[in-house]
Amino acid sequence: MAAVALKKVSKSYTAGVQVIHEVSMDIADGEFIVILGPSGCGKSTLLRMVAGLERVSAGEVAIGGRVVNDLEPKDRDIAMVFQNYALYPHMSVYDNMAYGLRIKGLSRDEIDTRVKRAAQTLELEKFLDRKPRALSGGQRQRVAMGRAIVREPQVFLFDEPLSNLDAKLRVQMRGELAALHKRLGTTSLYVTHDQVEAMTLAQRMMVMNGGRVEQIGAPLGIYARPASTFVAGFIGSPPMNLIPRDGRTLGIRPEHLEVCSDAEAMMRLEVDLIEPLGADTVVYGHTERDAAVRVAARLPGTASIPQGRLPLRYAPAHVHWFDAASGQRIEL
Amino acid sequence: MVENRPWLTFFSHAVLIGGVLTVAFPLYVTFVCSTLTLEQILQVPMPLLPGNQLLHNYRQVLAGGSTQGSGAAVSTMLLNSLIMASAIAVGKIAISIIASFAIVYFRFRLRRFFFWMIFVTLMLPVEVRIIPTFKVVSDLGLLDSYVGLTLPLMASATATFLFRQFFLTIPEELAEAARIDGAGPLRFFRDVVLPLSSTSIAALFVIQFIYGWNQYLWPLLVTNRESMYTAVIGIKRMIVGGDATNEWQLIMATAMLAMLPPAAVVVLMQKWFVKGLVETEK
Repeated sequence: MAAVALKKVSKSYTAGVQVIHEVSMDIADGEFIVILGPSGCGKSTLLRMVAGLERVSAGEVAIGGRVVNDLEPKDRDIAMVFQNYALYPHMSVYDNMAYGLRIKGLSRDEIDTRVKRAAQTLELEKFLDRKPRALSGGQRQRVAMGRAIVREPQVFLFDEPLSNLDAKLRVQMRGELAALHKRLGTTSLYVTHDQVEAMTLAQRMMVMNGGRVEQIGAPLGIYARPASTFVAGFIGSPPMNLIPRDGRTLGIRPEHLEVCSDAEAMMRLEVDLIEPLGADTVVYGHTERDAAVRVAARLPGTASIPQGRLPLRYAPAHVHWFDAASGQRIEL
Repeated sequence: MVENRPWLTFFSHAVLIGGVLTVAFPLYVTFVCSTLTLEQILQVPMPLLPGNQLLHNYRQVLAGGSTQGSGAAVSTMLLNSLIMASAIAVGKIAISIIASFAIVYFRFRLRRFFFWMIFVTLMLPVEVRIIPTFKVVSDLGLLDSYVGLTLPLMASATATFLFRQFFLTIPEELAEAARIDGAGPLRFFRDVVLPLSSTSIAALFVIQFIYGWNQYLWPLLVTNRESMYTAVIGIKRMIVGGDATNEWQLIMATAMLAMLPPAAVVVLMQKWFVKGLVETEK
């Protein structure tokens, strides 16, 4: 296992067009890091640079204290799990897992021990002779993880590994991934656009936008204190309400709004959509002052919501302020 | 069709049966001819039922060709054809699969240019470049040799193009996964690309074998010695002049023999690539 250090890592495909802008981060040994961002933000490119599948244009990638910029993927001591699994379709599950080890020149017994152990961990023992096409999506996903595990690498790299699974399986595999990391304790970098995966799996996460790092921190810390309007508007479902006020931007999470009497109202919502979710009811609308400002409020499922204008209040402690021009957080 | 319409069924069967007869009748006549004596063939009308000369005729052509025209044994010709067709098919596949592997998986200078150069040669079949090719082969002293017979026919833009299209459908992640597993380009080619291409290879082998077997103009030019004749050329050399002097029963027997190997290849390989097509998944 090893620490990973990114030092001002940049990527440009053609001169002048930069897709990754000086990303820096120190990842401790054994940490589970999630890189979160919308599609096209450069998160996969960053991961592929760590893997060695893309060249680093500027900056340094170090694994276990060794700069690996010019090393081939196989020499970096990493393992990667792809979104579409990338299993070799003509090889059995066993051979898929054993292939890398055979190239490394491990002994037959050693390979057998490792593959059997991984298969046991992932409950794949019954499927070792099958071809990938005879497996379900979840099982293929497990084989892909098995192929990573048997290498016993310093770092695991996951590129949206769960996005090809259906919702139920995704929740299950998420749990298995967390358990696996707990047991193996291998440093992991996990790329996703799904904030639920990020929140539940990450020890720390990096939120990216447009090739730049917006914020790095523990999931709950980022949720509680988003560093910019982008992070505020990206994390949370529905995301933080951003309301222009006095030349700045006021941010308030939907769950921090509550219904009150008209006299106590700190804002009034013209309701146009109500989504009852059972435990909660999410109310959408626009503010009284400006029809362009959308606001969502997460209210208890038992609350009775009057049609028309809804008076709302919030505790001042829950308010976030952002600079209107730059979108950066303003600490008061 | 799922619908039950008697007239449609009748009509489609009529068309299909008509088609089969159109193709099969000449083949049948060929077969019948090869079992008759020359006198019987020259009768008007010619008998349409097989005669009793089958063994005699086939034994004659296999051992000693015709008695009037070329006396080259058809067994030698079949062997020559087999060598030529196999060499062309194997050579074409080997060259074009390596060429397309280079074009798809390696980033090198002028990659696009080379691809288009190969593609352009699609427009230049053997017949167009036959005189310069003949000059080259003859200057190299390759006339009347297997190399001269097969080498100029081996380069194939069609096969290169087909393999390229197939390789482009193999997900990029597979190559990346192999890179992470530590497989170099040649290892990736051997362990992943080749097994995945087996269906395309089988299909191409069938097509190219038949292409090679049916070559006429090129073997006609480069073979002068009887021992180098291919089956197709052998048929031509047996026809010597006027109708009456040709031993049609022997020519037809040779034609039947020349038809069998390609037919066998299609029938045998068909199972292979149908099986492959069903199992294909990437």
